Amino acid sequence: MLNEIIFLLCASLTLAGAVAAMMLRNLVHCALCAAGAFAGLAALYLQLDAQFVGLAQLLIYVGAIAILIVFTIMLTRGDEVRPGASIASPLWWVGLPVGALVLACLVGAIMASPSLLRLPAGAVHAPVRKIGEALMNRYVMPLQAVGLLLTAALLGAVAIGLREPRDAESKTQ
Amino acid sequence: MTTPLANYLIVAALLFSVGLAGALARRNAVLVLIGLELMLNAANLNFIAFWRFGPHAERLAGLMFVIFSIAVAAAEVAVGLALVIAVYRHRRTAQLDRLDSLKG
Amino acid sequence: MSRLDQIFVLTGHWLAGWAPAALRPLASAVLAIACIMAVFATCFALTTLAERKLLGRMQNRFGPNRVGPCGLFQPVADGVKMLIKEDIVPFSADKTLHFLAPIVLTVPIWLAFAVLPFGRNMTAIDLDGGILFFFAIGSASELAVFMAGWSSQNKYSVVGAMRAIAQMISYEVPLVLSTVPVLMLAGSLSLNDIVAAQGTYAFGWLARWNVFTPWGLAGLFLFLIAATAESNRSPFDLPEGESEIIAGYLTEYSGFKYALFFLGEYVGLFAGAGLGVTLFLGGWHAPVKGLEWAPSWLWFGVKFAALIFLFIWARATLPRLRLDQLLNFAWRFMVPLSLVNLLVAAAWYWTGAWPFGGAAPIRWVLCAGLFIFPYHWLGRALRGPLPPPRKYSYAE
Repeated sequence: MLNEIIFLLCASLTLAGAVAAMMLRNLVHCALCAAGAFAGLAALYLQLDAQFVGLAQLLIYVGAIAILIVFTIMLTRGDEVRPGASIASPLWWVGLPVGALVLACLVGAIMASPSLLRLPAGAVHAPVRKIGEALMNRYVMPLQAVGLLLTAALLGAVAIGLREPRDAESKTQ
Repeated sequence: MTTPLANYLIVAALLFSVGLAGALARRNAVLVLIGLELMLNAANLNFIAFWRFGPHAERLAGLMFVIFSIAVAAAEVAVGLALVIAVYRHRRTAQLDRLDSLKG
Repeated sequence: MSRLDQIFVLTGHWLAGWAPAALRPLASAVLAIACIMAVFATCFALTTLAERKLLGRMQNRFGPNRVGPCGLFQPVADGVKMLIKEDIVPFSADKTLHFLAPIVLTVPIWLAFAVLPFGRNMTAIDLDGGILFFFAIGSASELAVFMAGWSSQNKYSVVGAMRAIAQMISYEVPLVLSTVPVLMLAGSLSLNDIVAAQGTYAFGWLARWNVFTPWGLAGLFLFLIAATAESNRSPFDLPEGESEIIAGYLTEYSGFKYALFFLGEYVGLFAGAGLGVTLFLGGWHAPVKGLEWAPSWLWFGVKFAALIFLFIWARATLPRLRLDQLLNFAWRFMVPLSLVNLLVAAAWYWTGAWPFGGAAPIRWVLCAGLFIFPYHWLGRALRGPLPPPRKYSYAE
């Protein structure tokens, strides 16, 4: 009973945040509602006994990605709202039906399979020690690959975002 | 745990479709990236739900996938936002319908 | 003396016993929350007073001493002043965000106290990933700083908020990295396990606190510097320096909302100090075996007070760092040193298997040298050009 109330609360917070993130006019409000959606998802992960992933979601998504998004909105002058301009792209009449179609397919598939209405078999323990052992034994290659990817992304983001020196700018203009 | 698996999957499906619709229907590049992040998060929720309710939860496969997915999403968002900033510096706009110099 | 040691736990059990059996976990949780909030709110009041008096003494003057004996009722006077001030919200401000920002800042910081072990069996929640919870909650409060700055629609507020966030995310990296050696050598993310790993006694009498190892000492200093920067405290208080940027992101806040920000900053400092005590100073353990009779929560309190005194002392002594100096210090000095600290901790772990027990001094010297040489070289490399020798000219 309590479980279901918490699930409904977290799920509605997440979905409300997501819908608000996609529908609001002011970009900063969108970014903050998206951060709220991420936090709601972290609560859902914690409810599903995935403690490490839930806390990592909070740390990375709310603590880093949301801040990155907010900084980008500030740097691209997204916070200056021009009244009267449309917020939707010219092809929005394609986007919304596609979203609705995907939703219909997914929900249809979920409802059509009775095996998905089950409850879990038993308690699940995913202590951090086991995750660490798995990362070092079975998943060590993906770990190294992700390390390489993060280094490349760090260097790439810095290189792309760097301001060009003055003389190069005057040459291209 | 008295909530069935289908509830979590429906939440994930709703989140995914909201992200998809928003990414396709909004004009600003940053909002498209937010929609992308929502889609990734929906997939992560799916993985965790199936891991929790599935038969071999002690093998931690779903958890591992989500850990790597979060790391990769962070990297992708960083590079994507750097690209948006770089484009803004050249074209003074972050609206996707104005970035059409390769059209036609 | 174990009754005195467990007095809070036993009182909590007795009080929760009055609740019906179904509600007992909820009742004990509520009791723990109420106790933590009461204790740390009182601590906040006393710390504001202690800070002003200590700053005064270090600056060769008395602190506040008019209100009550030795100025003891000064926090009460401050509280009354904050509460009766008019709450001004700028006309063009974003009202919802302006209202929500102090709340979003303060709530996660209170949550961080849930995993700190205040004494034997005195952790509110013993999470498996305790430290991860602490850092995740700490990083969630950074968005509130942005909300505060942006919603004021004031250029100084926005610039102050951006600087504050840049500072906080820059110093989060050395904060987390400096705690990784502790996690490595304790083998767990749970704060109770980390405290338990510091519970044995070397040579029969000296406690094995992490600070008595070379990596622990270096780690404690790195952690304290990063914690000072994370809570925007001098010498890292550029975002709210009055002579630089009015009050940064706090410019448009007055009355109770300002009091909430103030509270949030100090409570963040307490959480950081509590974590420092837990990770490096042995938590609630006594320093020498002979002093174990004192209650564990008293030891935690003493060490906690010592760290708070250290923070106040640093505020009185050091000048404010400029933004570029601050960020350079974080990325080019503290992050490499934290990584070197990780190596030193690994070296310490491997030399632990050396056969002769008297190898402890050699181990210490080796590992300390492994840290001191990079520290010296990095300091020299980053120092920049020295000013030329001064030429003095005197009036004839």
